[in-house]
Amino acid sequence: MTPEEEREFRHRQKSRNLALGGLLLFFAFLFYFITIARM
Amino acid sequence: MPADWRDFYALTKPRVMSLVIFTGLCGLLAAPGSINPILGFTAILCIALGAGGAAALNQWWEADLDAGMKRTSARPLPSGRLERTDARDFGIAISAASVGVMGLAIGWLAAAVLAVSILYYAVLYTIWLKPRTPQNIVIGGGAGAFPPMIGWIAVTGDITLMPILLFAIIFMWTPPHFWALALFVQSDYAKVGIPMMPVVKGERSTRRQILVYSILLVPIAIAPWLIGGTGAVYGIAALALSLAFLALSVPVAFRQSVAGDTMRPEKRLFGFSILYLFALFAVLVADRVLAHYGVVG
Repeated sequence: MTPEEEREFRHRQKSRNLALGGLLLFFAFLFYFITIARM
Repeated sequence: MPADWRDFYALTKPRVMSLVIFTGLCGLLAAPGSINPILGFTAILCIALGAGGAAALNQWWEADLDAGMKRTSARPLPSGRLERTDARDFGIAISAASVGVMGLAIGWLAAAVLAVSILYYAVLYTIWLKPRTPQNIVIGGGAGAFPPMIGWIAVTGDITLMPILLFAIIFMWTPPHFWALALFVQSDYAKVGIPMMPVVKGERSTRRQILVYSILLVPIAIAPWLIGGTGAVYGIAALALSLAFLALSVPVAFRQSVAGDTMRPEKRLFGFSILYLFALFAVLVADRVLAHYGVVG
């Protein structure tokens, strides 16, 4: 893997991890609010 | 190289999803009764996720066909930006999540109908019928017809005649909408061997069938008003919109394309068909809001 490919690899990996983290955080909040709404 | 998150987003067919979200939201807002806004948001989110999951599974299965068509060759799978197994796993994961969350947060009837809609599109339509019959669009239209029904069920918790009629409207609308498109992109479908109506039965038959469905759409579209499920605002608007749809389908039905044809009547009908569905469902909600505040009926 060339340095450019390595950099692109890291960049994509990071953006996917951030997207997944954001998604998990969103669902954590959503489940919290669903629980409140159904009480 | 790991795929970009935007490729996963593209797998969900965001443009199709916008129509799914809109009709699902309209079904939810037009239903009698009320729903907590958080639960309403969750229901729409699940409908969108389910549609996205089914779209991802559709692209996983049709990656080879998509590669052969100009319109779809830039999608993440045919362009090689995404692995097929990643698309399959992503589709299964978000489909399962949508059904699970819908069941836990809203109710298991809505979740069951959502599951049926995903299986209907991903299995019945994509895998089984689309490559086998020129009636694929007629049957496949059912998949797109589920969202308003699910939105309605999320509020009421049961299946009555009204959500079935909302289903029927989109079911009847899909063939003329899609065949109008297929008439001006038919060479692409022929190239990859999909038995689309214009390819298999010819233009003449397709054009006549567009007219038949456009005629059938008129009584189906006004049926919610006729059975007393909506007020006159919806009834009159539905009648006017459906007659306009029919008027645009008549020139499509009685012409034959020639070499170098610009296909303007077909493109006009296709463009109007999108406006038609948005307007019809918007009026459905407006009618309900007006009735709620005692402005009419």
